[in-house]
Amino acid sequence: MSMMDPFETQPLAEPLSEDEVALEPEGGEVATDGGFLRNMLRVFSENRLAVVSLCFLIFMVLFCFIGPLVYHTNQTNAQEALLNSTQNSPPSAEHWLGTDDNGYDILGRLMYGGQISLIVGFFAAIVATIVGVIYGALSGFFGGWFDSLLMRFVDIGLSIPVLFLLIALVTIYRPTAPLLIVVIAAVSWLVPARLIRAETLSLRTREYVQAVEVMGGTKRRIIRKHIIPNSVGTIVVFATFDVADSILLLAALGFLGLGVPAPQTDWGTMLSNGVNYASNGYWWEIYPVGLCIVLVVVALNYIGDALRDALEVRLQRR
Amino acid sequence: MLGYLIRRLGQAIIVILGVTLIVFLLGQLIPGGQARAALGPKATPTQITHFNVLNGFNQPLWVQYWHYILGMVKGQLGYSYKNNQAVADLIWNRLPKTIMLVGASTVLALFIAIPLGMAQAVRRNRPFDYSMTAVSFFLYAMPAFLIGEILIIVFSFNLGWFPSSPPSDASAWAVITDPRAFVLPVFSLAALTIAAFSRYMRSSVLDTLTEDYVRTARAKGASPRRVLYGHALRNALLPILTLIGLSLPAIVGGALITEDVFNYPGMGLLTVQSAANDDIPLILGTTLVATVATVLGSLLADLLYAAADPRIRLGDD
Repeated sequence: MSMMDPFETQPLAEPLSEDEVALEPEGGEVATDGGFLRNMLRVFSENRLAVVSLCFLIFMVLFCFIGPLVYHTNQTNAQEALLNSTQNSPPSAEHWLGTDDNGYDILGRLMYGGQISLIVGFFAAIVATIVGVIYGALSGFFGGWFDSLLMRFVDIGLSIPVLFLLIALVTIYRPTAPLLIVVIAAVSWLVPARLIRAETLSLRTREYVQAVEVMGGTKRRIIRKHIIPNSVGTIVVFATFDVADSILLLAALGFLGLGVPAPQTDWGTMLSNGVNYASNGYWWEIYPVGLCIVLVVVALNYIGDALRDALEVRLQRR
Repeated sequence: MLGYLIRRLGQAIIVILGVTLIVFLLGQLIPGGQARAALGPKATPTQITHFNVLNGFNQPLWVQYWHYILGMVKGQLGYSYKNNQAVADLIWNRLPKTIMLVGASTVLALFIAIPLGMAQAVRRNRPFDYSMTAVSFFLYAMPAFLIGEILIIVFSFNLGWFPSSPPSDASAWAVITDPRAFVLPVFSLAALTIAAFSRYMRSSVLDTLTEDYVRTARAKGASPRRVLYGHALRNALLPILTLIGLSLPAIVGGALITEDVFNYPGMGLLTVQSAANDDIPLILGTTLVATVATVLGSLLADLLYAAADPRIRLGDD
């Protein structure tokens, strides 16, 4: 955005339209919300890797959720699967990616298991982020001994290796998809709590927050209307990375045999089944599902990186 | 230094106490309580009451917690009813093996990551830097179990260079006496941290290269090599110590997966086996021990950092 030429005077009769004002703020000013969003999109779309990743992610979501409508396979009836197809058969015209040890079609199973992996990963990240944001905002806003107490608790939680805690929780409660969401969220809300607390500590000393306080705004209003909306950048970036982390955690649980119970499946459980046959050379039971996990996680990480860059636009302009 | 030491030690004790409370409360979450977990779903109410009275599970929670802490001080971590053995005995057998695995792979990761990060910083934004960045990004996204399985398929099944799992009766020292059996698990766990460590090292070296003392060294005519090794490297290395401390929970978690993949008889494999067995007291025991080991490891890293960098000691006291 260039500064306006000081020598070129605007005719008084034609004031700038609202659009033009929004597009060209004078030097040092912060653009309005529309300009900020447009700027963000521009920086994001300049990052080719991120755009490719986003397209890939959209493709995977369609593949998992729309795919089964096109590519019909039996994924729930174990008896029928054993009767109608051979076990561990390599890719063929009938089964594009072969079958697994139960006779299930692997391409169809990738879609079916992908649904669980994506849903659990996505919602676990949402729940963890919401809990973490509220906890962190309260802790940072009220400060003092309350803050110390809450943050000590976060320190303690973060020092427990995540997988041990997850295994304990999953063994105590039998794993189902909704429970896995809660359990994975239960071990991953600590990091956003810490991030948002730090953000709140810096935000609550800003003039506009103090102004609201002076005008008699309630604490609840300050947190809801000022602190959380101003931390949106941090929150969105964390949530994106956390979807990737949650998918990985679920895959690890599935790999350890603690994923969703059969006949349901998730990518980690599929991989865990497949590696039993690693020495037999049944590559179609290992590499496709491994690739799905890695590529989705890499894509989410690239998107998160690009979002962070895009949201920093605002910081650079301050 | 003494003040810092005492404060840091106090923090570690608070964290450990907090962890015992969390683990204790997790034990209370078992549907039907410890008795159900020990006696199975067919136990009669009389049996359950008898069990609870016998083990003190009918007392108020804080009394139970107090006994739990007292037991821990004496080195007791509960009883594994499934194995009919004390949890502490089961863990004691496995802990040294996990420490060996974590230690060996962390040392290996440092030996690879530090020169790699330095080389990247020196050649920053050139093809070498870009390609290594791509590799570490990929490694970073690779789940631990996939790295392990691929290493097994390639180096054990296809090439036959290394065994796919170390002998089950191997002692902890076998990492040194029979290294061939441990190459794959150690590499697989190291691969996870190499990515993070080398990224960190790269930016750490880049940061130090802009410091005034580096410019001074250059100005007085020191060779680039001397500036890098004599001035920049030593200062860039320090933050890595903190990073090791911070990464320990993740490394120990990764060790759990690695142990499962390679059938390595450490604490992680014990945890996974007890999950399959529904042996909750044992899982809670390994969780507690893994956490305490992690906290102590981080404490050690922080103290080493304070010993190495006078700015920390002086600035904090």
